[in-house]
Amino acid sequence: MIKVAGLIKRFGGTAVLDGIDLAIEQGEIIVVIGPSGTGKSTLLRCLNFLERPDAGRLTINDLDVDVTRASRRDILTARRRTAFVFQNYALFANKTALENIAEGLIVVNRWPKEKAHARAREILARIGLADKADAYPASLSGGQQQRVGIGRAMAAQAEVILFDEPTSSLDPEWVEEVLELMKQLARERQTMLVVTHEMSFARDVADRVIFMEGGRIVEQGPPDQLFGAPQDPRTRNFLRKVLATQVSPEGVN
Amino acid sequence: MSLLDLDYMLGLAPILMRYLPLTLEMAAAGMVLALVLACGLAVIRVLRIPGLNAATLLFISFFRGTPLLVQLFLFYYGLPQLLAFLTQINGVTATIMGLTLHFSAYMAESIRAAIVGVDRSQTEAALSIGMTNGQLMRRIVLPQATRVAVPTLMNYFIDMIKATSLAFTLGVTELMGATQKEAAGSFLYFEAFITVAIFYWAIVELLAWFQRRLETRLNEAYRR
Ligand SMILES: Nc1ncnc2c1ncn2[C@@H]1O[C@H](COP(=O)(O)OP(=O)(O)OP(=O)(O)O)[C@@H](O)[C@H]1O
Ligand SMILES: [Mg+2]
Repeated sequence: MIKVAGLIKRFGGTAVLDGIDLAIEQGEIIVVIGPSGTGKSTLLRCLNFLERPDAGRLTINDLDVDVTRASRRDILTARRRTAFVFQNYALFANKTALENIAEGLIVVNRWPKEKAHARAREILARIGLADKADAYPASLSGGQQQRVGIGRAMAAQAEVILFDEPTSSLDPEWVEEVLELMKQLARERQTMLVVTHEMSFARDVADRVIFMEGGRIVEQGPPDQLFGAPQDPRTRNFLRKVLATQVSPEGVN
Repeated sequence: MSLLDLDYMLGLAPILMRYLPLTLEMAAAGMVLALVLACGLAVIRVLRIPGLNAATLLFISFFRGTPLLVQLFLFYYGLPQLLAFLTQINGVTATIMGLTLHFSAYMAESIRAAIVGVDRSQTEAALSIGMTNGQLMRRIVLPQATRVAVPTLMNYFIDMIKATSLAFTLGVTELMGATQKEAAGSFLYFEAFITVAIFYWAIVELLAWFQRRLETRLNEAYRR
């Protein structure tokens, strides 16, 4: 169980996150949507301490800290319990697909190399890249790179995987394979917090959709409710805009 | 009578060979020490350590802004005057010192640029899985920075080998000093200096060959 309470993050005086309260159940799949510059990335980055929040309380299992007082140890613990999937993949360019996935196990979890590589091979098979074990990122397609990025997050066996627009940098041809992998994880009930503009993914996969604007959670609920009967005018406004531009084969309710 | 006295040159080569080790030793010592110092300076610059950063900038500015020959004279003739206990500083030591300080200033900047050049998102990815700063440096940043820095550093090493010839101005009998003496005895200046030129050229070519092989290996991960 992951919980944040009263999370605040300021950049030069403006509160980019303005009191976020959020609890994530184990196995829950949450999709976060909202206009650009609303603090969605910042929220994910704060959970992982890539940004240092200015106020709030973070709970991940037995870790329970006031974020402003978090020690180096607390931060490392929080990071080990939250895995991050980046928009631009951020694979280690000097390491093969296999090594990218095994790296955290070897360095952070201090597994012996053989054991870590064996695990990494299992994960490569699950993400459909068993034949790319020895390929370096530069030789992989965008979709393959992002799948390795997800594989690296899977290896961490974190409490939650945080996805920050995992398909936004991809050429359209690679989007589907990455979404498919994420759906597979969702079926396995991997806890996920996903920032995305893929509304059909949100509708099909999410247990809960959160609409953020101006650093706050404006509205949240199951996808049927949020997309079908949005309560807040800001939510309606946002949905009208994105659904008008996004051509989804099935349409969204 | 040919244009060049080839027999003289062939006779000179084995003599010069005896002085080759000293030249290479000075260059090797200078390179190792300069690398260590340059890494330290680069880290200070990357982390912008207060105080030290300003001192490092001054150091780099001075050693890049003045001729190596002036720096060598400063150490060889100037230091003993300042520090009484150094009644006489050995020419070899002064040369190694000069090479170290001079080249470390250049190398620090290329190492710094290589470190800063490593894609910031990889740093975040490493931190996001719980790596410490040390692990991040050792496993992700430095290996990639090395690949970027190696060609430049190799070029500095080549420059440094050639720069060891200045040691003869401090009375060190290395390759250049030995050639100078031999030439003065035989009056065959052209033959003597063309022979020593071939010596330097051969060393540099050998290194360049090694450099190409090393770069091919380092670039393996980046071929598409
Ligand atoms: N490091 C930073 N320094 C200063 N301002 C920042 C920084 N990071 C983000 N911001 C600002 O904080 C606000 C929220 O940014 P954030 O990236 O979290 O938005 P987002 O909801 O993820 O937007 P997008 O959909 O465009 O990715 C923006 O106004 C952004 O300019
Ligand atoms: Mg964002």
